[in-house]
Amino acid sequence: MKRLALILCLIAAPVLAVQPDEVLDNPVLEDRARTLSEGLRCLVCRNESIDESNADLARDMRILVRERLVAGDSDEQVIAFLVDRYGEYVLLNPTATGANLLLWLAAPGMMLLGGGIAVVYLRGRAKPAAAETLSDVEKERLAELLKD
Amino acid sequence: MIVELGHFTLLLAFMVACVQMIVPLVGAHRGWRGWMAMGEPAATAQFILLAFSFAALTYAFVTSDFSLRLVVLNSHTLKPMIYKITGVWGNHEGSMLLWVLILALFGAMAAWFGGNLPPKLRARVIAVQGSIGVAFLAFLIFTSNPFLRLEVPPFDGQDLNPLLQDPGLAFHPPFLYIGYVGLSLSFSFAVAALIEGRVDAAWGRWVRPWTLLAWVNLTIGIALGSWWAYYELGWGGFWFWDPVENASFMPWLLAAALLHSAIVVEKREALKSWTILLAILAFGFSLLGAFIVRSGILTSVHAFANDPERGVYLLAITGIFTGGALTLFAARAGTMQAKGVFGVVSREGALVTNNVLLAVSCFVVFIGTIWPLVAEMFFDRKLSVGPPFFDAAFTPFMVALAIVLPIGALMPWKRASVSRAMQPLWGVLALSLAVGALVWTLQTGRTILAPIGALLAFWLVAGAAVDIWTRTGRGDFGSKLRRLRNLPRADWGKAVGHAGFGITVFGVAALTAWQIEDIRVAQIGDSYEVGNYEVTLVDVRELEGPNYLSTMAFIDVIDNGRPLERLTPEKRVYPVAGMPTTEAAINNGFTRDVYVVIGDPQAGGGWAVRTFIKPYANWIWAGSIIMALGGLLSLTDRRFRVAAGARKAPAQGVPAE
Repeated sequence: MKRLALILCLIAAPVLAVQPDEVLDNPVLEDRARTLSEGLRCLVCRNESIDESNADLARDMRILVRERLVAGDSDEQVIAFLVDRYGEYVLLNPTATGANLLLWLAAPGMMLLGGGIAVVYLRGRAKPAAAETLSDVEKERLAELLKD
Repeated sequence: MIVELGHFTLLLAFMVACVQMIVPLVGAHRGWRGWMAMGEPAATAQFILLAFSFAALTYAFVTSDFSLRLVVLNSHTLKPMIYKITGVWGNHEGSMLLWVLILALFGAMAAWFGGNLPPKLRARVIAVQGSIGVAFLAFLIFTSNPFLRLEVPPFDGQDLNPLLQDPGLAFHPPFLYIGYVGLSLSFSFAVAALIEGRVDAAWGRWVRPWTLLAWVNLTIGIALGSWWAYYELGWGGFWFWDPVENASFMPWLLAAALLHSAIVVEKREALKSWTILLAILAFGFSLLGAFIVRSGILTSVHAFANDPERGVYLLAITGIFTGGALTLFAARAGTMQAKGVFGVVSREGALVTNNVLLAVSCFVVFIGTIWPLVAEMFFDRKLSVGPPFFDAAFTPFMVALAIVLPIGALMPWKRASVSRAMQPLWGVLALSLAVGALVWTLQTGRTILAPIGALLAFWLVAGAAVDIWTRTGRGDFGSKLRRLRNLPRADWGKAVGHAGFGITVFGVAALTAWQIEDIRVAQIGDSYEVGNYEVTLVDVRELEGPNYLSTMAFIDVIDNGRPLERLTPEKRVYPVAGMPTTEAAINNGFTRDVYVVIGDPQAGGGWAVRTFIKPYANWIWAGSIIMALGGLLSLTDRRFRVAAGARKAPAQGVPAE
């Protein structure tokens, strides 16, 4: 069953995620802010980005992102600032460091493995199975039969 | 009284399921015909008993019987009738009852329509299906009984979660469950075949329609759920890569792979053990999905009943069935002898490629879903895996699938050549590239996503058209057209299904790349432009619904001077549940949706209003429904019905009993 409860976030209150008063005047900065907030998790919500969430904390975080951008931070600096403050949990896009390398390499690794097995299997099927060819004894017998 | 009877039949169904699990299995092992024949009446009886039980619970909801705990927690006298009925499965206990009902239905269908199966195989399939029933009925009765009474019934109920008071709840879960649970029958067939130690072409032909039926319903269920989220949640997202969504998506991917590999079993007697493995895993992921949704182990926006005790039980069910089947598989897989001989480049090879891509993409979704758990347990890192990861890691596989699909579809069995298969496709490829380039030039300076999406979509749809057209053979146009009409439904189903995939690809790419969003404070009477549309906030009024209070805005949308529609987005408050919801208002169009949401009144006067132009949004779900339609077309192919029982050849020298 899907789409059940957004209770936590909804009770937190007003509907609508990004509020008009948060929007920056500079459209370039606002664009960057939106892109950044799509990759940041609302910490009190259930698996929502701060861009989608209606929770108060998400609003605070959105404003924080915009403040940092206005102050002249680069995207990386904003993210580093938030990770510093809230921990790695805030990133919806897991970093490719340490154990996370396993996560990121899982897809290409599995593809190579699966593709390799498939190629070996297909190569194997391309040759007629041994059982279907005649053994030497059978060949002799066949030759004998054909002689008559 | 009726409720008591429903409770009683539920318990009785459990007993019958125990009989269904044991008697036919023993019968098949010993070769006792009478015992084997027990399967059919037992499966029918289990279904009828559960149907009565479900009807009794529905009756309690409809008549607002507040002596029932479940009704108190999820209903209210003022709730509209349709939501009293859908409220039956809008909660953990009721939805589990629906789950076992569908499980029993599939068991009964195997009994009713399995007349042409060998009696031993049929007995075993029904018995395995019965064993799944036993596990879930025990779960339902001992941990989540829907028929628990209250000593002191309250005067009124606590109402259903307002987000669920939507027609979406009427259709989405039943379809989804038919899909999830339908895969149980493929699982039962796989386990029965493993017990029997024999898989042949006939097995492939029996298992395919059931898988197809489950897959079609799962497709519709997921599409409906995505559409429901789109219009209900107020920001128009259609897919969130949420654990619960992934839980339904993983079985879908594997079922799609299973559909294709079962074709190879049926036509070429190859890929047998792989197909069995897929059938086990597809249902295994269904079970895992039930565990994820109902245990609350992963935080999700769709959280259901978060009860650790239930979670442990469900994990045990998942482990026992998947683990047990896999152990059986390990012991018996060696006895499955493949027969077909074919080249690397062939229809078989293409279907293997399809299977690798679908299975690996499923694995990507799986690892992304459970990674937060793994990272916390083993690496002590508390982290999130969200949409950016899945977009990056999953999309390449779908792109690869879309690229190879039309070529693979045109390859003949046994031995093919890429250049031969490409011959009728060069024109399509050139046109697709042209479409991609055209889109690229029309949209200046935006992402590469939309041109690629358009290119792939055209490639898929036109490729499907070429596929069906080449099936008509040689001759003049008229006779080809006549042959086109008489082609088997399965051929049409294949082309339609593949084209539907293309349409969905385009919808996703276009919506993601071209969406326009406008957030502002509007005074009453204000007009402003969003894209090519002029939007006017005409009025905002307070209204009263049957069980909610509404703040309704009236917003006019004008398209190049032509009035489109007066949209009425709402904010609702459900006093009983104490919850607000947003009701977006959408003007649906062929090439775009205009999507408006009303927010809060602002301190300086005026209202927060969000307006979206969502290009080609409907294509996402239309494509999915077309995919499902393709599956249905295949399902009605007479070959499935007429020849379904005929074993191609007597199986030789493989039994391992």
